[in-house]
Amino acid sequence: MIKWSRLAVLAILLAGVFATIIGTAETVLDNITLGLDLQGGFEVLYEAEPLNKEQTITSDTLAAAAAAVNERINVLGVEEPVISIEGDNRIRVQLAGVEDQDEARRVLGTPAHLTFRLNHEEVVLTGEDLKENGASLEFDPDTGQPVVALKLKDAKKFADITRENRGEILAIYLDEEAVSAPVINQAIPTGEAVITGVSQEEGKELADLLNAGALPVKLNEVQSFSIAASLGQLSLTQSLKAGIYGSLIVLVFMVGFYRVPGLIASISLVVYAYLVLLTFSLLNVTLTLAGIAAFILGIGMAVDANILMYERIKEEIRSGKTIPSSIKAGSRRSFLTIFDANITTVVAAAVLFYFGTSSIQGFAVSLIVSIVVSFATAVAGSRMLLNMLLKSRILKNPGWFGVRGDEIGEL
Amino acid sequence: MKSVNYKFDIVGKRKLFLSISAVLLSIGVASLFLFGLNLGIDFVSGTRLDIAIDKPFTTEEVTGLLEEQGIEEAQVRIGGDDDGFAIVNVPETLDKETVIEVREAFRAEYGEQVDLQEQVVSPIIGRELARNALIALLLASVGIVIYVGLRFEYRFAVAAILALFHDALFTVGMFSLLRLEVDITFIAAILTIVGYSVNDTIVLFDRIRENMRIMKLKDFQDLKDLVNVSTQQTVVRSINTSVTVLFTAGALFLFGGETIANFSLALLFGLTAGMYSSIFIASQIWVIWKWASMQRERERLAGAAGE
Repeated sequence: MIKWSRLAVLAILLAGVFATIIGTAETVLDNITLGLDLQGGFEVLYEAEPLNKEQTITSDTLAAAAAAVNERINVLGVEEPVISIEGDNRIRVQLAGVEDQDEARRVLGTPAHLTFRLNHEEVVLTGEDLKENGASLEFDPDTGQPVVALKLKDAKKFADITRENRGEILAIYLDEEAVSAPVINQAIPTGEAVITGVSQEEGKELADLLNAGALPVKLNEVQSFSIAASLGQLSLTQSLKAGIYGSLIVLVFMVGFYRVPGLIASISLVVYAYLVLLTFSLLNVTLTLAGIAAFILGIGMAVDANILMYERIKEEIRSGKTIPSSIKAGSRRSFLTIFDANITTVVAAAVLFYFGTSSIQGFAVSLIVSIVVSFATAVAGSRMLLNMLLKSRILKNPGWFGVRGDEIGEL
Repeated sequence: MKSVNYKFDIVGKRKLFLSISAVLLSIGVASLFLFGLNLGIDFVSGTRLDIAIDKPFTTEEVTGLLEEQGIEEAQVRIGGDDDGFAIVNVPETLDKETVIEVREAFRAEYGEQVDLQEQVVSPIIGRELARNALIALLLASVGIVIYVGLRFEYRFAVAAILALFHDALFTVGMFSLLRLEVDITFIAAILTIVGYSVNDTIVLFDRIRENMRIMKLKDFQDLKDLVNVSTQQTVVRSINTSVTVLFTAGALFLFGGETIANFSLALLFGLTAGMYSSIFIASQIWVIWKWASMQRERERLAGAAGE
């Protein structure tokens, strides 16, 4: 006797699962952070070099440099920048959705070391002496030209210097370039100085840079990567399309070869895809192109776990066991195999994560998430559905497992 | 008379299968030594420009436009959907200004829809990436050996690793022979291949181990039966799994776009090699080794009995 009540429970459960997936899929997809390669943006790897011979690059100076870079990104107005320290002297900066990459590069890479030098030689004041937010874009009241006005912390110190060195040149240097070289005509008691000869845009950027603070080290660009937003979008749609086509072929194959269990596997694959994307959005995993590859390969792993189990069940059916005991024995016997096979891949992925650099790490994280989810859906999910079908006593015909009657031996 | 039934005597033909692999790998290794790899700019210094032109163009036109910008030694190929991309590799690192000039030059020639992505790598970083990837791969192998060694026995672990290197080497050799560009995604591909290769091999070894508990191993015939039966029991699963993964990798290759075409191709090579090696290589290495150990054990026992 078929137990229709059990089947009804199964149907309600499946309807609930699919309703949840369809209802929330869009929100989940919207919450996933896309990598630069999928949404366009700008990535650059800097190598820190000491500013002078006395300085050494320590983890502290590197952290300070990263903080300074972060300040500058605020100048650019980029949301959610990713700044990471790599090794003992590198800083990787990832800026998604930056429109003006040239500006980004200039703002990030300029050390912006402000110095006041007497006669272009002796350094008497540095950027450290600048008041907080002491640089601003102003306009010369006489000529109307844009200037960068600098306010110093210690007005008396500046007054002393200007009084003692009347007639000398007090040059203002930005890094190794003299941006202004006025002759001191008289003592300046206000603690204010100006840099002239800038355009309005340059002046604004320079003032922002000076306020953001100087970089404590010299940053050399060793690698950069920029992707136009339209190209990122193209990669995203292409790989998604590939994923959908690939999955469809797999689903058709599974149902054709394994019949009822194949259908169950297909359901668990859909759940797998949903859960991986959900995990990505909850754990804030950035989805990159390599991540999509790992995700699609995870489909293969999930299918494999199902195939292992069904092949085992088929074997048991062929050996003459009843369908319920075949399912029981098949699931049990395939479990350790699936476990060992998955764990070895996780071991490899974990090692990659630990030793790999940025893009390899992204791949490793996605692979681990995919394997864990595929293990859960293929082992727990498929089994549960299969058992529910079994309890409804609808599974009677070996043909539903893709086993022909003449293959079944005597026990 | 055989005590067990199987359709294919794989162990009996092991020399043939091992020879096929040896020949293919030798060709790959020879190509590696003679021609090396076609390294993308991830590994050598230089600049790669992907220019989305979206209009018919020829490599000559592109080369000409680049020469006008003072870029002489550019390698240009056409790719992408509908061949709308010019992929340009330049051995020197171009500065930002030059890249902008190039973009503007192409926009002037082909219209405003032209888009460009660039990638610049300095030589030190490129070499470091390659070295780190290799180290990561070796360490991952060590991790696998330890795990499999603990769960199974060391002969299985070593045979699995040999099969793994077989697949990786085959893929690298094919890329060398076919002059396909090796970039950073190639490493991810090799790592995936390694993962699958081990997965596939473990499933067969797991069955051999299980059957070993029922079948007593007295002579070579027993060993042969054991491996042939185990292979036959797992072969449908091996093929089905590989075929489904090949479907997805194939879909990635056909529809995934230019950026991951080589990645998918590497997967296709590696997964095919993996399917072959798990059935025809890994277990055969184990058979040869196991038999040698059994013989030594027997001689030792015979020696002890003779005294």
